[in-house]
Amino acid sequence: MIIKNAETILSVQNLVASIDDTQILKGFDITVKAGEIHAIMGPNGSGKSTFSKVLAGHPSYTVDNGTLEFKGQSLMDLEPNERAKLGIFLGFQYPVEVPGVTNGSFLRLAYNTVQGARGKDELDPLEFDDFIQSKLTLLGMDASFLERSLNEGFSGGEKKRNEILQMSILEPTLAILDETDSGLDIDALRVVANGVNTLHGENDAVVLVTHYQRLLNYIEPDFIHVVDGGRVIKTGDKSLAHELESRGYEWVLEENRSRAA
Amino acid sequence: MSTAIDNIVNQPYTAGFHTEIETDSVARGLSEDVIRTISSKKNEPEWLLEFRLKAYQHWLTMTEPKWPNVTYPKIDFQDIIYYSAPKSKVTKKSMDEVDPELLKTFEKLGIPMNERAALAGVAVDVVFDSVSVTTTYKEKLAEYGIIFCSFSEAVRDHPDLIKRYLGSVVPYTDNFYSALNSAVFTDGSFCYIPKGVKCPMDLSTYFRINTQDSGQFERTLIVAEEGSQVCYLEGCTAPQFDTNQLHAAVVELIALDDADIKYSTVQNWYAGDENGVGGIFNFVTKRGLCKGKNSKISWTQVETGSAVTWKYPSCILLGDNSVGEFYSVALTNHMQQADTGTKMFHIGKNTRSRIISKGISAGKSNNSYRGLVKVSPKAEGARNYSQCDSMLIGDLCGANTFPYIEVANKSAMVEHEASTSKIGEEQLFYFLSRGIDSEEAVSMIINGFVRDVFMHLPMEFAVEATKLLGLKLEGSVG
Ligand SMILES: Nc1ncnc2c1ncn2[C@@H]1O[C@H](COP(=O)(O)OP(=O)(O)OP(=O)(O)O)[C@@H](O)[C@H]1O
Ligand SMILES: [Mg+2]
Repeated sequence: MIIKNAETILSVQNLVASIDDTQILKGFDITVKAGEIHAIMGPNGSGKSTFSKVLAGHPSYTVDNGTLEFKGQSLMDLEPNERAKLGIFLGFQYPVEVPGVTNGSFLRLAYNTVQGARGKDELDPLEFDDFIQSKLTLLGMDASFLERSLNEGFSGGEKKRNEILQMSILEPTLAILDETDSGLDIDALRVVANGVNTLHGENDAVVLVTHYQRLLNYIEPDFIHVVDGGRVIKTGDKSLAHELESRGYEWVLEENRSRAA
Repeated sequence: MSTAIDNIVNQPYTAGFHTEIETDSVARGLSEDVIRTISSKKNEPEWLLEFRLKAYQHWLTMTEPKWPNVTYPKIDFQDIIYYSAPKSKVTKKSMDEVDPELLKTFEKLGIPMNERAALAGVAVDVVFDSVSVTTTYKEKLAEYGIIFCSFSEAVRDHPDLIKRYLGSVVPYTDNFYSALNSAVFTDGSFCYIPKGVKCPMDLSTYFRINTQDSGQFERTLIVAEEGSQVCYLEGCTAPQFDTNQLHAAVVELIALDDADIKYSTVQNWYAGDENGVGGIFNFVTKRGLCKGKNSKISWTQVETGSAVTWKYPSCILLGDNSVGEFYSVALTNHMQQADTGTKMFHIGKNTRSRIISKGISAGKSNNSYRGLVKVSPKAEGARNYSQCDSMLIGDLCGANTFPYIEVANKSAMVEHEASTSKIGEEQLFYFLSRGIDSEEAVSMIINGFVRDVFMHLPMEFAVEATKLLGLKLEGSVG
């Protein structure tokens, strides 16, 4: 929802970032306000995941230029865990598997760490069990997922659900979900979308990275950004997604090229 | 991020201090005279002196093994003190009589043993340098007919048992270090569980190397009679020194029909500094004989210390239906080198063995698993399962797996799985992006990695071992 005079959650201006001396983001701009849902679309390799990871503070990337602010505070010098404690959440495109670490203990540690940073009480294992039960139900996940090793042997769709489960307990102010819809079957997509809609409110914001209009039928975006070559080349409302779906990217890229020329 | 990992794993050794206790040592070097001196200082019977001298003569004909995947400066066996004992050698009945300096040492290590013994119901036979200082719960164990005492006491009080079993699993001819140990061993533990007795408590020994330059040559012998059960814990830690110390222990286990021995070790000897200066050389021979049918021997080890480790707790599965198990976590950091693993000899029918090995390498260390599974022609229906996983922390360390499989019976089934993984930036970043700091992340990932082994440790020990891994891996993460 677009709210008048809403607080700016994320402000990114002219962000330039590189990995292994290769510049990937080349002047990325985006402004996200409280209550809003943004979708980022764009061809493969255009820099969508890179932007997500730079935002979360991935150590492999260096920021060469530009500003990256969360609620008016620069994120540049903050470690990824400090950003998480501020309320930034990255739903991974490819969540890693961690053998031997149970999902439940990982979730509880993450929850307690982030809660602690907010000055709230930690939950002991029993309290946490009660707490997480409702979240599992919301996402249609079986409690046995808590006993399993973190993401190990999870199907693609289960991994994505597990990301949203984490989002649901961490209650971020800014969630950036990198292709959370890829690999989900129709039912799972509906469940995940429903989860995101339930969690989203007027004090937080969601950025969806997606290739498919399909997701946007369930989660209605306020803005759609098209990324190419490491920058946002077009921004529109949700009708843009339909247009992209039917016409592809080429016309946007062409429009951009002729503008540049 | 990689500096964060470095900081985490480069935690200095916390058990590094030296206790001032007067010691009574013999001159450096090894000769027949030194062996005679050791034997007479310990008031040993003639047959034991003969055993030592035969071992010594044999040792003189042997050379150090070169096959392990480790390198270290040449050891000058004439520059080692082969015997040193705390001055007061009178056996203590209560903790009050124990040298307060010694008690302080244990407290610094976080092992307040008086409390510990009482709280945990564990009988602690403490080997401090070479002579047992105190033994607790002895009376309680005596009610069950269980013998748990220092090796010296056993030689004095139970000579027939020692005569019968000493060297029966690890003969002095076995290898260079077992020969050396047989010649010069100073003390250790003896444990005897009579027929049908289930030992009512875990038996625990804390080894401690204290006197600088004193070679340590412990001898442990555990005999489990028919249908008996025992769970034995061995733990050790040592103060920080600059010169290398040689440790060459021999452990022999014998399980008769239906007997069950579970032997757990947590080892944290001084590993040397970041540049590999100092640290213990740990060349140990541990072997169990499943002599009786349906017997079982299970080794669980957590190896975190020593500059060089060379250790292969093994099982000889002689009795039909006998079972051998080996669960191991070996952590190396800095310049540490470990070549460790197990040997499973299947001789009896339907014998089974299981090997779970987890190697963790950090710094510039090198960690090798070396395992032999041998199935003899008569071992009808033998089964083995081996799983060897390595985890690397950083780019400068190494991990190797050397599985040797020799099968001479067609009905045998031998399975081997191996994996190598890395605590990569992606795993760490995943944890960090959920608010968790790198220290906690690394410790959680490591604890997850070793879980399959730690679940075989007795509860108390598992807690301690988890703490130890944490200590080794936590640090000043900025
Ligand atoms: N280490 C690296 N060195 C050089 N280029 C890299 C490196 N890592 C990633 N890239 C490149 O960065 C570009 C952007 O990748 P990114 O993962 O952000 O794309 P994306 O928009 O998320 O694509 P997709 O839709 O396929 O997920 C790609 O061209 C990729 O090959
Ligand atoms: Mg991507």
